[in-house]
Amino acid sequence: MMSLNTQSDEEPMARFKPVGEVINMSEKREETIAVQPKFQCRDVRVFYGDNEALHGIDIEVAKTGVTALIGPSGCGKSTFLRVFNRMNDTIPTARVTGEVLMDGENIYAKHVDPVLLRARVGMVFQKPNPFPKSIYDNVAYGPRIHGLATTNDELDAIVEKSLKRAGLWNEVKDRLKDPGTGLSGGQQQRLVIARAIAVNPEVILMDEPASALDPIATAKLEELIDELKEKYCIVIVTHSMAQAARVSQKTAFFHLGYLVEYDETQAIFTNPKDQRTQDYITGRTG
Amino acid sequence: MSQSTSAASVHNSDQALKRLKARKSAESRFRFFGIGAIFAAVLMLGWLLNSIVGTGYTAFYQHYMTIDVELTESIVDPDGVRDPDELRKANFRKIMQEAIYARFPEVTDRKEKIALFKVISASGATDQARQMVYQNPSLVGETLTLSVPTSDDVDQLLKGYIDRNAPEARRKVTDQQIAWVDALKATGEIKSKFNWTFFTATDSRDPELAGIAGAVVGSLMALFVAFVVSVPVGVGAAVYLEEFAPQNRFTDFVEININNLAAVPSIVFGLLGLAVFLNFFGMPRSAPLVGGLVLALMTLPTIIIATRSALRAVSPSIVDGALSLGASHTQAVFHHKVPLAAPGILTGSIIGIAQALGETAPLLMIGMVAFVTEIPSTLTEPASALPVQIFLWSDSAERAWAERTSAAIIVLLTVLITMNAVAIFLRNKLERRW
Repeated sequence: MMSLNTQSDEEPMARFKPVGEVINMSEKREETIAVQPKFQCRDVRVFYGDNEALHGIDIEVAKTGVTALIGPSGCGKSTFLRVFNRMNDTIPTARVTGEVLMDGENIYAKHVDPVLLRARVGMVFQKPNPFPKSIYDNVAYGPRIHGLATTNDELDAIVEKSLKRAGLWNEVKDRLKDPGTGLSGGQQQRLVIARAIAVNPEVILMDEPASALDPIATAKLEELIDELKEKYCIVIVTHSMAQAARVSQKTAFFHLGYLVEYDETQAIFTNPKDQRTQDYITGRTG
Repeated sequence: MSQSTSAASVHNSDQALKRLKARKSAESRFRFFGIGAIFAAVLMLGWLLNSIVGTGYTAFYQHYMTIDVELTESIVDPDGVRDPDELRKANFRKIMQEAIYARFPEVTDRKEKIALFKVISASGATDQARQMVYQNPSLVGETLTLSVPTSDDVDQLLKGYIDRNAPEARRKVTDQQIAWVDALKATGEIKSKFNWTFFTATDSRDPELAGIAGAVVGSLMALFVAFVVSVPVGVGAAVYLEEFAPQNRFTDFVEININNLAAVPSIVFGLLGLAVFLNFFGMPRSAPLVGGLVLALMTLPTIIIATRSALRAVSPSIVDGALSLGASHTQAVFHHKVPLAAPGILTGSIIGIAQALGETAPLLMIGMVAFVTEIPSTLTEPASALPVQIFLWSDSAERAWAERTSAAIIVLLTVLITMNAVAIFLRNKLERRW
């Protein structure tokens, strides 16, 4: 039997809140041991060739909940998102320096295989990219390559559970053999989320997942993110500040490759400390 | 306010109208040239097809003469042993001569008799009788009714290719022969039939007995070898170069050479085949195996280039999706990229192979230009190929060869068009959109 609920069922906010406090109040360092963050980034720099795109990012991401990355176009937020699952490795000219600790282990260490890392850190892209295969095969692909199911029944169970969790099961249960590309944009994006969930990841990265969706599909997606945040660490890049405010608990504001401000979402949107943040969220720059 | 009026006048003035007119006439000129180009291309294609089909279609039927043949025992089997091997050596020419003389008993002059015998195909008729007796010796002594091919000159006469009004000396058939043929035609003894011989026979010195079967089989064998060798090698090389090869000077060099190879004249590949396969490896001359290998070499660059561009056309988002799920690069390539590129790979391969089917020059170099009268049954037997057969026939003088050349071209074009149609069909069928 597959268990997707690997994490405990305790109140998610209870786990989440102290992390925020820890980050804000550095004198309470001892609490970080009790609630270690999912990611700790130290002086992360990303280069495209000789061009430095990110200039030394230090950030901690909580085990559960939603962290939003906002900022004007070209500020490096998508580049930074791809640091977490080493997708930058696929760009020949890209180079990452610094440390990214996931559960205390540097994911850029020599012995870490990005293939295994990506099984733990799923990703959803800006444009829905289901495989040109059936809905079933889309979701089953990850479990198949990782050998998560030994029998067809187990695989069926994973597919069903993943689609249910992504809120798509009721819409597609009668047409699992239909092509995934035949679904609407919003359904495709949820299918892609189901596909990521099926591998049983700990983290889900989302790169502007709603930018190609209409408001209704966006609302559904945000609802889904809200449910998923209780089990997963979600990092989302978004252009919509309203969306960041709605779905995230923590927000990081990027500008020209620097992390300008990182705080509770509410704090960022009501009381930004940096002038640049204020200019951006009030629409004066960006 | 003043700004808005000036802005309006910029697009309302006479000069603006002039500019618009110039732009429109440039566009309509372009359209006119485009339509003209298409019209010219269609016209030339139509002309080509018309001339080929117009000359070639008559080769698909041929005139046969129904004739009573008495298999006189004293000629066929003077010893009366009925041994098939002995029967085969018998003088069937004499049998056929007697048969046609019997049809026109009034002809007694020796020269006239020779002319009369020339109405039917000498070797075609004798071979037919010989085969029948060889297979069934009990026929000796009986009288058979055979349908034998007429000679190529008679056939051409009846197809209207020989001018009856031309002076006799400048005609291939005499007035007397015309009279005989007309008489036979009037009684229905000479009739035109579908020319199965053309599809079942191999090359021959006599046009009325020649066919393309040997050449087609030779071509198919060579194509089979070319396909089996070039598709796996080509696709494999392309996938490696596109997906796995490190980017360095060596791979750049390989890449440039592949692109250059695509432009190398095919006869050079023939020379390469001659030097490598025949002289160095000592493979048999004129064999479809060698022909296929040479054609495979020639097709490789086409397949590699087509495969690489098909791989490049696959949306990177699909590969990203696979990688983000923890698929390795190899898995992403073989699970997603190659299957999605398959229609393009297939189309490229079929078009490359279709090109190879039409190649003559490299086959000349490795000796597939021989006069072969047997249908090859293995890859190492001497064989000819369809384009080479066309080349050989186009060289022959008799009028009957001209129509056969065109008919062979029709067959070749039909195969090529069919292959391309299959390629388009497969591409549309397999192509998935995302």
